Amino acid sequence: MTRTEPNRSSKSDSENSGGGGGTTAMRVIVPLQGVVQGRGGLFLGSVIPCAFFYFLQFYLKRNRKNEPDSSGQRNPDSDSNSNSGSPDPTRSQSAGHLTELTSLPRSLSRILLSPRLSGGAVSVSGRAGYVIKGGDSPYYMGQKRVEEDPYDESGNPDGVIELGSAQNIKLNLEDDWVSGNPREVISDGLCISGIASYEPCHGLTELKMAVAGFMSEATKNSVSFDPSQLVLTSGAASAIEILSFCLADSGNAFLVPTPCSPGYDRDVKWRTGVDLIHVPCRSADNFNISMLVLDRAFYQAKKRGVRIRGIIISNPWNPTGTLLSRENLYALLDFARERNIHIISNEVFAGSVHEKGGEFVSMAEVVDTEENVDRERVHIIYDLSKDLSFTGLRTAAIYSFNENVLSASRKLTTLSPVSSPTQHLLISAISSPKFVQRFVKTNRERLMRVYTELVKGLKELGIECTRSSGGFFCWADMRGLMSSYSEKGEVELWNKLLNIGKINVIPGSCCHCIEPGWFRLCFSNLSERDVPVVMNRVRKVCETCKS
Amino acid sequence: MGLPLMMERSSNNNNNNNNVVELSRVAVSDTHGEDSPYFAGWKAYDENPYDESHNPSGVIQMGLAENQLLREKNPEGSMWGSKGAPGFRENALFQDYHGLKSFRQAMASFMQQIRGGKASFNPDRIVLTAGATAANELLTFILADPNDALLVPTPYYPGFDRDLRWRTGVRIVPIHCDSSNHFQITPEALEQAYQTASDANIRVRGVLITNPSNPLGATVQKKVLEDLLDFCVRKNIHLVSDEIYSGSVFHASEFTSVAEIVENIDDVSVKERVHIVYSLSKDLGLPGFRVGTIYSYNDNVVRTARRMSSFTLVSSQTQHMLASMLSDEEFTEKYIRINRERLRRRYETIVEGLKKAGIECLKGNAGLFCWMNLGFLLDTKTKEGELELWDVILKELKLNISPGSSCHCSEYGWFRVCFANMSEKTLDIALKRIHEFMDRRSGF
Repeated sequence: MTRTEPNRSSKSDSENSGGGGGTTAMRVIVPLQGVVQGRGGLFLGSVIPCAFFYFLQFYLKRNRKNEPDSSGQRNPDSDSNSNSGSPDPTRSQSAGHLTELTSLPRSLSRILLSPRLSGGAVSVSGRAGYVIKGGDSPYYMGQKRVEEDPYDESGNPDGVIELGSAQNIKLNLEDDWVSGNPREVISDGLCISGIASYEPCHGLTELKMAVAGFMSEATKNSVSFDPSQLVLTSGAASAIEILSFCLADSGNAFLVPTPCSPGYDRDVKWRTGVDLIHVPCRSADNFNISMLVLDRAFYQAKKRGVRIRGIIISNPWNPTGTLLSRENLYALLDFARERNIHIISNEVFAGSVHEKGGEFVSMAEVVDTEENVDRERVHIIYDLSKDLSFTGLRTAAIYSFNENVLSASRKLTTLSPVSSPTQHLLISAISSPKFVQRFVKTNRERLMRVYTELVKGLKELGIECTRSSGGFFCWADMRGLMSSYSEKGEVELWNKLLNIGKINVIPGSCCHCIEPGWFRLCFSNLSERDVPVVMNRVRKVCETCKS
Repeated sequence: MGLPLMMERSSNNNNNNNNVVELSRVAVSDTHGEDSPYFAGWKAYDENPYDESHNPSGVIQMGLAENQLLREKNPEGSMWGSKGAPGFRENALFQDYHGLKSFRQAMASFMQQIRGGKASFNPDRIVLTAGATAANELLTFILADPNDALLVPTPYYPGFDRDLRWRTGVRIVPIHCDSSNHFQITPEALEQAYQTASDANIRVRGVLITNPSNPLGATVQKKVLEDLLDFCVRKNIHLVSDEIYSGSVFHASEFTSVAEIVENIDDVSVKERVHIVYSLSKDLGLPGFRVGTIYSYNDNVVRTARRMSSFTLVSSQTQHMLASMLSDEEFTEKYIRINRERLRRRYETIVEGLKKAGIECLKGNAGLFCWMNLGFLLDTKTKEGELELWDVILKELKLNISPGSSCHCSEYGWFRVCFANMSEKTLDIALKRIHEFMDRRSGF
């Protein structure tokens, strides 16, 4: 919107009044005065303030996204590849880009950091602050002293002798048992006295280094993960819950684009008192995130008095399997920065990108390669169990650039630590780069084969799936099989699939999908031979639906 | 007071039907999401799982994000072949929060063995958590709402301030105990603590004790336990007994678990307010393994705790390994016996050594520490005085001991001294430093 010379007509005054300031107000008041005094009539009296209000909103909204001194109107829907220079080589062909986004050139939106809207330093929750401060009791201070200056008979005879820790580690009978029962121990060279003592709950340094290396491999070495920014915990559920406690206070909320993981309801909400505000994505948009819808959800929540502390995304997306592009990630980061909220990137399926040529971009890579990115608001969740066929071993990680969050999370892992024999087993397993490479490659290939077979089979039955590039799921469109296009219809179909077809799949309602009829099918625990069996079962259900 | 009264109560069923003890809002909410199809489907799968050869018409699991493509089950073979023993396969698979049955059975029988068979434990009432720390926090989430209180006798384990309060928002109201009766809990102290909470408009949801006590290093007397249970019935609140040191009692006969008391009670409304926390960290010296349990006589608590344990699960590798170890009764019997013996001898050594230096300890019979009285050394019998002395001991003697004030002890001058995590030689040196210090002091 251009600033033109203000003219005397009351209507055009309103149109140009978005610039704000005292003179504008005067120009509005004068015609209103006229209305009040009976001139101009009711029409002008209602139109003028409405028009003023409307244009003020419009102007403010656009100024958030456009250069203040740009000339001419900008059509938000036009493709603006030309503005950003050469086409972005990382953008995938179809699924994965945001239609509204492409018109907002990254470089321009970054330049205009309106001081009012850039937010400043993002804060952690009151609860995290309380956790970080704690630990100044002599009980813990003494422990610290021992760590700094530990007694050792030969090496440090003047050191501090630990009489403050109630550990019983001098019996060593377990090693007798271990030597007599090697099969049960499942780990070469396990010596109990070596691993029995208290170890850092948030993970041994050696294990963190191994996990960092594994994560780098999963991102095809485009990012180098810093082990000191890792906090390990006993599962992704715990990782998400810990972040929820650290980033939000009770009564606050996170935005979550849907469909989303069914686990968030429990992990984010149950014990924390933090709420989830679902932001629906639609099949018409290929379930891509609409920044406008996201924006609307944010402001609606704000109007209701709900404070949004962050947004949770997953990449590859659960349940659709979509990969978020760099542009997506930039836009989300901008969104987070402008509203001064955190961004949690759930990258538990990072190592399971099965599409040939599919490119996974970690939020960590964006943070690393961009300047002007506010790192403090970025937190990533990773889960070894997904990529390593390792669910029972319960090891997940929080990767954060925010020292307060890391500090609070480390302390909170006393409540959900990784068992030490598990840590040691993992260290020996994933420290070998060759093994990790081979593992990740094989995992991807096997996933791709099963996925391809499954999607083909479903297509033959008339069931289309969205394009999934990574993760363990097909997001299948079974709307045609429902008796009624409703939640009830979806539940009925789910029942048929379970009781007639004897296959357990997740109905879209569990993923908070706003459109009924979509189902999440997990294929990572099927072999290629199981696929025809699944197809027969689904066919059976299709036939009952048609009759 | 005591047993006769309780038996009277239990025969009077009219009273007790109204005394159903409540759980927290978090516990009764359905935000765990388990009433959704998500879990109904899993159940159907668990009851009738598909197997290519053995159960080809079973339910195929496509509702669970588990990756088995790299396991032996895959005809292309397992990627893990070279890395693990044959038992590996079962371990790495998704194991839900029920935990390995063999491990729970082993745990139940181990807990029974520690109590000399005086109480029996049902494996289905055992919920596994990653450590007793997590078990205590979980129970707090389940039994109390934010701003409610648990009554805890002082002195208590400093970690409770964190474990019971950090994320739960629940408060601790102390039950003050002192040396006049060896720091045992009295009915008067209980009532006073309850009254203090009520006066402040704080709702009390339960009593949490540690038996044997940390930091006292002494078992709780049977009569006190009975009084406690009686108190909890009258106030309609819960009783949590953290028995993490139950296997570390020097003489088995001196320990009474709350399980023994409940064993003889039929009244469900009394039983279902009792919950026991246990861990292998202390008795087996395996703190790094992070294995804790909640044992509850309350079905709702068991169910909720199980769901909540999703946030703090024990790895299947650890469960499998320990299941074998704990089921080996010959090993466990030998272990418990030798553990008690060595702890007793170590305790006697340190108490003797301290006595020679003119320092008295509370008469203890359990645990990995003694409760030492340095009150006579304080310049002023205040918290500051105690911390000054603590500072001297840490900086000059280079001994890390825990001051009673960090355990919220209302009498100043007491210190907790741990003795089980060092060699005899090191203990000698520690005692020597104390002797020298005392000599220097008496020189003034």
